[in-house]
Amino acid sequence: MKLSVTDRAVLAGETGSTGERMALELVTKAAAMLGADRLIRIHSGHIDGCLFHGNAGVTYCEKLVSGGAQVRVPATTNVGALNLLRPDQCRLSSAARKMAFRLMVAHEKLGCRPSWTCAPYQAGARPEAGQQIAWGESNAVAFANTVLGARTNRYGDFLDIACAISGKAPFYGLHIAENRYARLVLDTSLLPAAVTQDSAFYPVLGSLIGRLAGETVCAVTGLPRDADEDKLKALCAAAASTGAVALVHLVGVTPEAPDLDTALGGNEPEATVTITAEMMADVRRNLSMVSDGPIDCVAVGSPHFSEAECRSVLALAGGRSFAVPFYICMGRHTLKALGADGTDLALVSLGVEIVTDTCVVVTPVLPAKPGVMMTNSAKFAHYAMGNTGHLPVFGTLAECVASAQQGHVRRPGQGDR
Amino acid sequence: MTRSMHILCAGSAVAGVLRLTEPLSFWGGIDPATALITLAGHPQQGESVAGKALIVPGLVGSSSSSAVMLELISAGIAPAALLLGARDAILPIGVVVAGQMGLPTLPVLVVADPPWQTGDRISIGLNGQIARI
Repeated sequence: MKLSVTDRAVLAGETGSTGERMALELVTKAAAMLGADRLIRIHSGHIDGCLFHGNAGVTYCEKLVSGGAQVRVPATTNVGALNLLRPDQCRLSSAARKMAFRLMVAHEKLGCRPSWTCAPYQAGARPEAGQQIAWGESNAVAFANTVLGARTNRYGDFLDIACAISGKAPFYGLHIAENRYARLVLDTSLLPAAVTQDSAFYPVLGSLIGRLAGETVCAVTGLPRDADEDKLKALCAAAASTGAVALVHLVGVTPEAPDLDTALGGNEPEATVTITAEMMADVRRNLSMVSDGPIDCVAVGSPHFSEAECRSVLALAGGRSFAVPFYICMGRHTLKALGADGTDLALVSLGVEIVTDTCVVVTPVLPAKPGVMMTNSAKFAHYAMGNTGHLPVFGTLAECVASAQQGHVRRPGQGDR
Repeated sequence: MTRSMHILCAGSAVAGVLRLTEPLSFWGGIDPATALITLAGHPQQGESVAGKALIVPGLVGSSSSSAVMLELISAGIAPAALLLGARDAILPIGVVVAGQMGLPTLPVLVVADPPWQTGDRISIGLNGQIARI
């Protein structure tokens, strides 16, 4: 492995803190495991390791703190296991709550910006096209590569914080330009307008991309070039939950994909798949485990809802309150923005349960008795059963709002979804 | 029969084999408090990974699996060795972190198409040599 003189000195314990040595050792060992022959400098980190999984992980992070480690590049935090603004919202044991809190505090002590959001790219963390970064959280990784054109692999627990502390990452995978070219083409140009204009089009297409592409970098053709970021966010999150997708070339949207030929790096694709309305319908059906009947709650905000999405809930509700709990997961920055004109209070008065800092599929917030959970998030639909025991029903945001008002699945105006 | 493989984390072990016949994410698939495979519908659901030479043919992905690996080691119920089907850093990173914390570590090797089946007993040497015993 090619290492700088300084890096060698840090690893040998001749310079730098103990925490710095531990982090760099982890990065270099990971590089060796992944077959990388050198490290590269990174511009930012997004840290997924602040979610509590057990006491040993907390001990490790506190060991980095006591070893004097500090992040060397700007680093945002993903969700923790607690809503720090309302610690009683999560039904963790008091022992687990204490450790989950310690883990979040330790990340702040390491110098991370306490953003506690899975959509850091909507909270001011906006890497530039071509920048090397080391991010965790699958949806954020997919968004950073796909929409912003930054370069990151999917960094996981421990390695994410180690990269931010050392300011370096193993040079492998999607950090390398040639590995970013698409090898598979998915063509959506033959889909009827009824499918592409449906407001669930992007999350459903994302789920299909994940299933078809898996780890293979693909290019998607035939999409409108003006999709807003919330739609692209939903697509990326869905693709990264059904497959190990870290980069999708959305031709005309992705900075590296102004046209298909550029996305392919001038190579012939290994395969081209024409997406049909039947494939879309099939994937959409599979996002629900029940199709109708009573629901116990609605949960949205995976990835965390933007200010605009929160305002849509209020507009769609038309002043009619909810018959079942309606959870909206969001970052604190969004809550603050909503507070400027009282939108947060208006949502709460309808029956919205605001969940900041965390997420309802990673910590117990939803009703304890497993029931039926409706969502417009393909990612929530994918993880609901395994992580919470709730059976998912997938629908558009308008359907989620109408269903929450009735307490059972409603799909008003099927033509105008 | 002996085979020499690519070593991700060096170590030695003698253990009974548990071969996963379908991919498994440690996060959401193994209970870190009991080492039991909990994923509904997985062919090895209900089996314990503790003390086993665990053959993991397919990589699946939650990157939080590193954390589950560390918790298993910390609780003394980790597998005795991991034989992965492909190069990957997620599980071995949990092992490296354990080493930095002064906890025991375990060998992690990349072995394409390993011939050993559940119930076999194998030995793994520091040099990566694996033999059925």
